[in-house]
Amino acid sequence: MSRFAQLGADIAKLWTKYGSAYISGMENTLILALVGTVIGCLIGFLCGVLNTIPCGKNDPPVKRFFLGLLRVIIRIYVEVFRGTPMVLQAVFLYYGLPYFTNNSVKFTSVWVAAIVVVSINTGAYMAESVRGGIISIDPGQTEGAKAIGMTHVQTMTSVILPQALRNIMPQIGNNFIINVKDTSVMFIIGFPEFFSAHRATVGASYLYFPSATVEMAGYLTMTLLASFLLRWAERKLDGSSSYELVQTDQLTMTAGTYSYPEQGTPFDERSKEFSGSAAGKET
Amino acid sequence: MEEDAILQIRHLSKSFGKQEVLRDIDFTVSTGDVISIIGASGSGKSTLLRCINLLETPDRGEILFHGRNVAGKGTNQPAYRARVGMVFQSFNLFNNMTVLENCMIGQVKVLHRSREEAREQAMSFLGKVGMAPYINARPRQISGGQKQRVAIARALAMNPEVLLFDEPTSALDPEMVGEVLAVMRKIAADGMTMLVVTHEMAFARDVSHRVVYMADGVICEQGTPEQIFTAPTQERTREFLSRFHADR
Repeated sequence: MSRFAQLGADIAKLWTKYGSAYISGMENTLILALVGTVIGCLIGFLCGVLNTIPCGKNDPPVKRFFLGLLRVIIRIYVEVFRGTPMVLQAVFLYYGLPYFTNNSVKFTSVWVAAIVVVSINTGAYMAESVRGGIISIDPGQTEGAKAIGMTHVQTMTSVILPQALRNIMPQIGNNFIINVKDTSVMFIIGFPEFFSAHRATVGASYLYFPSATVEMAGYLTMTLLASFLLRWAERKLDGSSSYELVQTDQLTMTAGTYSYPEQGTPFDERSKEFSGSAAGKET
Repeated sequence: MEEDAILQIRHLSKSFGKQEVLRDIDFTVSTGDVISIIGASGSGKSTLLRCINLLETPDRGEILFHGRNVAGKGTNQPAYRARVGMVFQSFNLFNNMTVLENCMIGQVKVLHRSREEAREQAMSFLGKVGMAPYINARPRQISGGQKQRVAIARALAMNPEVLLFDEPTSALDPEMVGEVLAVMRKIAADGMTMLVVTHEMAFARDVSHRVVYMADGVICEQGTPEQIFTAPTQERTREFLSRFHADR
């Protein structure tokens, strides 16, 4: 029991002295993970879409050649960045660029370097997830879109990707949570994230275990928060589980309300007008 | 007759690998025609319809749309498809949109109508198919028959010149077939040019102006419903129809 008391005291000591370092480390970690995941998703979506451009044997040879080349390039990108540790990718990019270009090309900001590394790493994972998400959508959806005259790009942006996005939300969540934790390797290029706060703190205080406890609790808090937000976002994407039947004179009754199903029609119990009039009757 | 032909199919052939699905198909669709295509499963009816909408690429032959071949290279497929509506057996409503959005998206994205105009148009056709009360519902929340009625409204909202139906009632429970057929009768009565692949013989007989009987990838016989249903000239047609007459 006394050990726990000791731990509590040590943590309190750490927190009063280095609390701001931990907090700013957490902020940086979250920003890096979030920006990296978002850009990574965009890269992944781009690769996934390029990878699924339909290409039959009736297409002109030039198109087929370029699509084939594109697929090979994406394949190499995915395999290389998925198959090497992020910590080494960071070192490679951050120190490799100046090395090869005699210092003429280098990252001026450790932020840029860290975001680039996390983004392309996430992108490599997301490329495959997005491809999976796209091919999981019923081909009938594509046919339905084509049949009303939509182009490939319109079909993708209006019909397929929104559904694929919903299907790969759990994967995006996974990637975000992995990024929150794995950005801890960015201390290698001197990025001031949460784990580097630990390294700085123990360097000064030698309180290894208490600081590690703070780190553990901190990371768990961040990932739990992320899980919670992701679940909420998924429910949001699913839309309302019920719908309002519209009265007979639809054109006037629903004008402007159809895109906000949660607001309902002016005559259902959820709308302000309804509760207003109901309250009026009671009094 | 030739000048108000919307679609002329000339010597159309299509194979999947070694399997020849369509052989030398020839027929004409004129404005206002309601044509039913009947035949056993696997006779190439659906493939023919999918070829007409270019969802499948024909191997040989021509599809003349207002006299211009659309089956060759250099056709603006999306622009052509916008003028030729299609209703699928499996509805293919967009699952990420509400009923109303399903009927608006093509008008806004493809025909570049304003949202107000698109909504008005969508509402009028949804009203016609009796789905106006359900505009806020999502496809997973409504029944098969309702989905198909929305799919018909979606196709109609594009103001197509001809509407293709690919077995529109085959995926439906028996009690829902009636509501979809009733809608189709209504559209036919409004003068829509329709090409219907169907197993509903009563619909083919009562509503269509012309019936095409297909077997083994060829048009075996075509004519008015009276001709086909009361005095078929081909033995195969007689045999096919006898199965339906038996239960009447």
